[in-house]
Amino acid sequence: MDFNDNPKEAEFRTKVRKFLDANAQRRGEIVKTPTTAGAPESVNGEKAAHDALMKAKEWQKKKAEAGLAAIMWPKEFGGYGGSPIEQVIYQQEEHNYFVHSGYFEIGIGMLGPTMMVWGKDEDKKKYLPKMLTGEEIWCQLFSEPAAGSDLAGIKMKAEKDGSDWILNGQKVWTSGAHLSDYGMIVARSDPNAVKHKGLTYFFLDMKTPGIEVKPIKQISGTAHFNEVFFNDVRIPDSQRLGEEGEGWKVALTTLMNERLAVGDPPGLDFDQIFDLTKEVEIEDGPAIKNSEVRQKIADWYVQSRGLQYTKYRSITALSKGQTPGPELSISKLVTASKMQDVSSYALDLLDMHGYVIDDKNPAMNNLFQNGLFFSTALRIAGGTDEVLRNIIAERVLGLPQDERMDKKVPFKDLPTGRG
Amino acid sequence: MNFDFSDDQKLLRDQARKFLTDKCDRTVVRSILEDNKKNHSDNLWDEICSMGWTGTAIPEEYGGLGLGMLELCVIAEELGRSLAPTPFSSSIYLFAEFIKLYGTEDQKKKYLPKIASGEAIGSFALSEGNGTPKPHNLTSTFSDGKLNGVKAPVNDGDASDFIIVAANTDTKKNNKSLSLFIVDTKQDGVNSEFLETIDPTRPSSRIILENAEAELLGNIGDGWEIIERIFDRAAVLFAFEQVGGAQVALDEAKKYSLERYAFGKQIGSFQALKHKMADMYVKIELAKSNAYYGAWALSSDSNELPVAAAGARVSAIDAYHFASKENIQIHGGVGFTWEYDCHLFYRRAKQLALNIGSVRQWKENLISNLEKRNIV
Repeated sequence: MDFNDNPKEAEFRTKVRKFLDANAQRRGEIVKTPTTAGAPESVNGEKAAHDALMKAKEWQKKKAEAGLAAIMWPKEFGGYGGSPIEQVIYQQEEHNYFVHSGYFEIGIGMLGPTMMVWGKDEDKKKYLPKMLTGEEIWCQLFSEPAAGSDLAGIKMKAEKDGSDWILNGQKVWTSGAHLSDYGMIVARSDPNAVKHKGLTYFFLDMKTPGIEVKPIKQISGTAHFNEVFFNDVRIPDSQRLGEEGEGWKVALTTLMNERLAVGDPPGLDFDQIFDLTKEVEIEDGPAIKNSEVRQKIADWYVQSRGLQYTKYRSITALSKGQTPGPELSISKLVTASKMQDVSSYALDLLDMHGYVIDDKNPAMNNLFQNGLFFSTALRIAGGTDEVLRNIIAERVLGLPQDERMDKKVPFKDLPTGRG
Repeated sequence: MNFDFSDDQKLLRDQARKFLTDKCDRTVVRSILEDNKKNHSDNLWDEICSMGWTGTAIPEEYGGLGLGMLELCVIAEELGRSLAPTPFSSSIYLFAEFIKLYGTEDQKKKYLPKIASGEAIGSFALSEGNGTPKPHNLTSTFSDGKLNGVKAPVNDGDASDFIIVAANTDTKKNNKSLSLFIVDTKQDGVNSEFLETIDPTRPSSRIILENAEAELLGNIGDGWEIIERIFDRAAVLFAFEQVGGAQVALDEAKKYSLERYAFGKQIGSFQALKHKMADMYVKIELAKSNAYYGAWALSSDSNELPVAAAGARVSAIDAYHFASKENIQIHGGVGFTWEYDCHLFYRRAKQLALNIGSVRQWKENLISNLEKRNIV
């Protein structure tokens, strides 16, 4: 039992560090701002958003030139041809530097690999290199207003018209759609088939006439996600991935890659509230001297480190050539609620002033006020707490699946309620 | 990175699991549960000693196998899974570790071979009554070569040949007033009375010391510091027992939920129960990972040990308590019968949650050690 890399891993880590040292600034302190998966904030003014995007593209290009833009992609598409453990090592190292990222993960982590499995050679050659260098951004058009946790319940209509398809309907929660050049979409091509059978998967240019993108303002006041409306959007059949009616299979390829694409959880954790307890005064002096406070934060320490060491165990399994299992579902399940609880308790410590989002004298850069809202999204996005518990119960513990009312009935006959 | 046990250690785990499945089924555990004058299963204890487990982490020169603490962690997890009713933890995680780390050469030669072979059993006596034991509220004393006081509970006290006793050696009580003594129980000045406890499968006694002969262990006044260090080490080993027990509680909840039908289907197909078991799984995984980190710190003599041990213990207490109580809940009515085994885990979970200090104390240890680390 040790924490050292094997020689091959150590060599790779040195290489990555050398690249990062030469090209990026190392973090000197604890991260006090939560980072988010997917596209960054877009309501902090258009110029700021544009600048951040340009910097991210610049950084992605540098990574691509060094061959480090997509660790697990094969070399023929500009990837590093590395293993899952090398991917983890790269993420660990990059996490220690200030870099602009968050625009390309969905493309490189999920959509690129989908095209590698299901795309035609000429499309791979045409699209993958620019996806990798960050010249072109891709988004994933899956969720709909009436199909979130129950993703296969999507209604987006795909109707054949000669050698084209006409798309009509609405997608929602699409990260980064407002910045994207291309997207991948699942649509219903046969409402008479049962739910999982009537789907077809396409890729498309986001500038295709009839597509309208509207950012969704969240309770945090920021907008990471979008609604995307499709009004008679015509795309050629050559943009179909997989067979007609086999869209669910293709979508699973995308979703299987999600686990590895998700990076480290955001920086609002034990370390941050531990810092706060030393700064803030409560009724009997500094919060850290109060024994109730000490008892409370100890729980978050063991959750936080428990997750970290669980990750080490997964990395060990990866380095022995095993694939990561659904065991990793516990990470987001624990992280999201912990963030919500930590944020709420931190505001209690700030007491009456806790609800103030303070520009002049903020406690830890308003981290906990932001966390109070951001955590609500984290508990839902990418699999709700409840869906994750189902995944653990069914796939890890082997408990029976829920009884399904939708397996044998044609999609059009399924009850939908108000949705 | 290799955050896992080695293949040899995993082989040891497989052997230990098979051995305990054969030798320590629930009838063995219940034989101690239902006879409150019995210390432990003699057969099982003899077999464990003849397997050499008791000598796992004792150096060869003192009659042990000279393996490491990681091997002991592996065995601890299996003992926890099987609810083994033996004095293993008192004799090995506590008594042997005290002697190994703080005994003189003579003391090591005198005690360790007997402990390693199982010829003698040892234990540790700290608590004297309700509340958190600290040097300032302990009344046992050592003066003029005689030990006086009443200790309760002393886990495996009645079975013990030797007991390490904490007593004040200075009338001005503080963290430097406490010292440790080795007491031979076969003398007139030492008497034991069985105590009724919440977990009879791990029996405890009241030990009454009246002018007992005793020999000093470690330096005068170092008692509290030594206890803290030994408890840190033991906390990791107990955490493995707790993780093992919690895992079996979850396994049995799952098994029952698949066998039992209600409303025309397996109760394990209801989300309320599935989610409960998912939560059990999550807590156990976190506890296991924290225990692994503790094992690493313990086996590598890292100065992270105080933090790692407290983290492992706090996490393991939480996981076992949760798994054992929800196991009863998932079993419904039969869950609180004497006949079903759910209560064995529920009892053991609480016994292990208190034996070397409650979770309150360990959370306090954790935070104060984190504060110290930050200052360094």
